[in-house]
Amino acid sequence: MHVEQISVFLENKSGRLSEVTGILAETGVNIRALALADTSDFGVLRLIVDEKEKAVAALKDNGFTVGKTQVVAVEVEDKPGGLHRILEILKSNDLNVEYMYAYVKHTAQNAIMIFRFDNIAAAIQTLQAQGVTVIDGQRLYAI
Amino acid sequence: MIYDMEFETMPREALEAIQLRRLQTTVERVYANVPFYREQFQKAGVSPADIRTLADLKHLPFTTKQDLRDNYPFGMFASPMDHVVRIHASSGTTGKPTVVGYTARDIQTWAQLMARALMAGGATRGDIIHNAYGYGLFTGGLGVHYGAELLGASVIPVSGGNTRRQVMIMKDFGPTIITATPSYSLHLMEVAEEMGITGKDLKFKYGIFGAEPWSETMRAEIERKLNITAVDIYGLSEVMGPGVAIECKEAKRGLHIFEDHFIPEIIDPRTLDPLPFGQVGELVFTTITKEAFPVIRYRTRDICSLNPEPCICGRTHLRMSRVTGRSDDMLIIRGVNVFPSQIESVLMDTEGVTPHYQLVVDREGPLDVLTVRVEVSEKMFSDEVKKLQAIEKTISKNIKELLGVSATVKLVEPKGIARSEGKAVRVVDNRKL
Repeated sequence: MHVEQISVFLENKSGRLSEVTGILAETGVNIRALALADTSDFGVLRLIVDEKEKAVAALKDNGFTVGKTQVVAVEVEDKPGGLHRILEILKSNDLNVEYMYAYVKHTAQNAIMIFRFDNIAAAIQTLQAQGVTVIDGQRLYAI
Repeated sequence: MIYDMEFETMPREALEAIQLRRLQTTVERVYANVPFYREQFQKAGVSPADIRTLADLKHLPFTTKQDLRDNYPFGMFASPMDHVVRIHASSGTTGKPTVVGYTARDIQTWAQLMARALMAGGATRGDIIHNAYGYGLFTGGLGVHYGAELLGASVIPVSGGNTRRQVMIMKDFGPTIITATPSYSLHLMEVAEEMGITGKDLKFKYGIFGAEPWSETMRAEIERKLNITAVDIYGLSEVMGPGVAIECKEAKRGLHIFEDHFIPEIIDPRTLDPLPFGQVGELVFTTITKEAFPVIRYRTRDICSLNPEPCICGRTHLRMSRVTGRSDDMLIIRGVNVFPSQIESVLMDTEGVTPHYQLVVDREGPLDVLTVRVEVSEKMFSDEVKKLQAIEKTISKNIKELLGVSATVKLVEPKGIARSEGKAVRVVDNRKL
């Protein structure tokens, strides 16, 4: 039920991000979601893309350090308290969120958030048990 | 196996007799043919006739890299240009490069010494040598090449760069010997692993690594990753190029200097006094067979010691220890002496960290600030910023603990560190002292 995310190491230099997006554009890879975490001297770019293997190969060929991580795509009700409800479930079950960010597209009535957990299996199980919809990779890319 | 049994295992007494005769000839030649040496000798009040024993060498003046620069490009040549068949130059880190020349006989001598070196490192006729030293003005590529051909091995002149293609050649041609800089060999294996190839898929048996300082930890890593025995080779273009000294695969404890062609000395770099065997100091070379570009007491700036003990391999030539640093790249950071090789050793001992690094020294106010830039490999990369920061902290803590100096560690992208001739530029000192 997980989604594969790619992450790219970037030095904090002007133009590095556009270099990544340029490579992906040239390769014909579509970015579905993106989040950048940074410190004063480096950043980690996290991406959900439609063609992950193509993206990884192109970035590596261009000398970037690339990693793959399993993350979870979760449907969040698009109304006040929607995200809060999810986070309460995670909190009460002691599931730690490393980071999270929003997915670009919606399902019919819900927003989608990407979560990175320490313990991904437990997180998925807990969320599903509480009636939260977890979206797998294949379905996510098709939305 | 020993390539030149007669000279490499010659009893010391006979060797020293040859050294004296060759030294006297060289001193006479440079005095006659190179105005710089004649002036230096006259200033020091010595003449070729004063060299009666090997011990008299210490009366001759030193030669420095600055002297070579002052006589740029051909002022130090001792042969007329119509006898010079080859010119090489060392990458000039500051200003003009250092230019060296070779006569046909010099090229022949170099090939012989390189053949000796390759055999000491495990190569023989029938081996296929993957020569990843750069070809060009740099002496590495062509130096190894001529020795390999003389030895009767099949040499692949692959040179540096185009790493993925190199991996393909390594896999398809089945070379049994690799010659490269130690850092490039590790980079090759990183790329090979990305392509799903490990040391066990390759036919390498021995590797001969040099042209940059490396450590025992790095040797262990190279031997494991390439599944080989790795030896250290030493040389510098001012003295000849690769093949001045070589570790034998039998002992792997110090590099035999080909003393029938080069006389080594160790000096204290501050007082310039010669030091006894075993003491660490700056390595100084006098060439005694070179025709086009002889050097007299050339200060290499390389820090090591000399070991006269007999070696299990049977060679009688002195052994120099691994070069632990340079008398001019030794950094003094807030009073602490730091050699890049020490930092390298710390990096190698930190889990998952590659030894692709660069030291940058700045002066902020009255304080020296050392920054260690480390290239991020896939093994150490994480999508979590805190894990990357933890790696920075661990390296910094280890440097502080082991070397007693505070350093800021910064992760940089692969290839984020400038390389010249395949050698990483290890130290950038921005201090204006």
